[in-house]
Amino acid sequence: MKKIYPDAKAALDGLTFDGMTVMSGGFGLCGIAENLIAALRDSGAKNLTVISNNAGVDDFGLGLLLQTRQIKKMISSYVGENKEFERQYLSGELELEFNPQGTLAERCRAGGAGIPGFYTKTGVGTVIAEGKEHKEFNGETYIMETGLISDLSIVKAWKADEQGNLIFRKTARNFNPMMASAGKFTVAEVEEIVPLGSMDPDCIHTPGIYVQRIIKGEHEKRIEQRTIRERESA
Amino acid sequence: MPWDRNDMARRAAQELEDGFYVNLGIGIPTLVANYIGDDIDVTLQSENGMLGMGPFPYDDEVDPDLINAGKQTITELRRTSYFSSADSFAMIRGGHIDLSVLGAMEVSENGDLANWMIPGKMVKGMGGAMDLVAGVKRVVVVMDHASKSGAPKLLHECSLPLTGRAVVDMVITNLGVFTIKAGKGMTLIEIAPDVSIDEINASTQATFEVAV
Repeated sequence: MKKIYPDAKAALDGLTFDGMTVMSGGFGLCGIAENLIAALRDSGAKNLTVISNNAGVDDFGLGLLLQTRQIKKMISSYVGENKEFERQYLSGELELEFNPQGTLAERCRAGGAGIPGFYTKTGVGTVIAEGKEHKEFNGETYIMETGLISDLSIVKAWKADEQGNLIFRKTARNFNPMMASAGKFTVAEVEEIVPLGSMDPDCIHTPGIYVQRIIKGEHEKRIEQRTIRERESA
Repeated sequence: MPWDRNDMARRAAQELEDGFYVNLGIGIPTLVANYIGDDIDVTLQSENGMLGMGPFPYDDEVDPDLINAGKQTITELRRTSYFSSADSFAMIRGGHIDLSVLGAMEVSENGDLANWMIPGKMVKGMGGAMDLVAGVKRVVVVMDHASKSGAPKLLHECSLPLTGRAVVDMVITNLGVFTIKAGKGMTLIEIAPDVSIDEINASTQATFEVAV
């Protein structure tokens, strides 16, 4: 089975439909699938439920899908950088489910690992716990959270081989490995497709079993908060 | 004179111990990194997937793949490791992080924390704050003693939606330092220079004991 596709549009061909659930990797704009997000916009699929830690900024990342009103619902932990998101949410056009960041990460991990639910202390005694099963373990109270799976996961990695084995780079890894495992179908975009055998098998972060299609993308890698220090003068 | 942001960060840094793994929140807590003593070895965790966070980069070192949880560009150290968000919160939720320093909007006398949402205004989300306060061994809050309008932020009960219940162990404000112990409430243990108890009483709603 050939996993490498020529471009993002071809890689999403036949995978998108109205009302689908999409997981989109990344933390802020770091490690997002820039090319696949644009291709998902161009596919025209609408009423999407999008699971992603953040919602991009107004004109980049998932902000592109908000501009075109293709998203019906977001499941996220923090959306503070997007004014269009705020406008759509306050006007009732957009549904929003906040998950604590670690709970969101674990829900994706659990979903990919075939675990339908798990208990966590995170959120006990807060609005997050309302309506959820509470259970005591060793005298402490936990709430039940459920695993998540997606119809399509779009992830960004640094390198892939033709089998779909992935290596991520620095903090661009973030949610990408769990979302790759939790997709019924997972498409990865990478900076470089390398020959089989050139990645150390001991250093592969996501084994190719989780990745069905691969493209090599061009990445702007926009920085949200460019923060630097000055060199002390000699 | 009340403490300023840097004084509060310097005081919070005194809570760090040799060998600690520490997560610093956004804002004043980030400044704590500037005051870690040379005599102790501390590893900073960034919940987007990094242990061993280095300083901000020089202009020619900026790497878009290397950011902290506040989305600021940072650098790595020789000790650095990277991991997924699931692994990151496994170490947070699993109790492996020794200390977290966070900002707050309100803290109650039994250690309830509110720092993620103001109903009616835009809701940005809790990010990793709920996971941190539920999982980290010790939580230190750094915040102004009163709001900009002068309203107390140390309360009998928080009025804003909670981030966690009975999770705060210490509060450092511009006026002083309070400890909070389960079932025993809040105790004032230090006062900023030239600040009086009367001044603290006037801007505190929470009940506290004084052990200065």
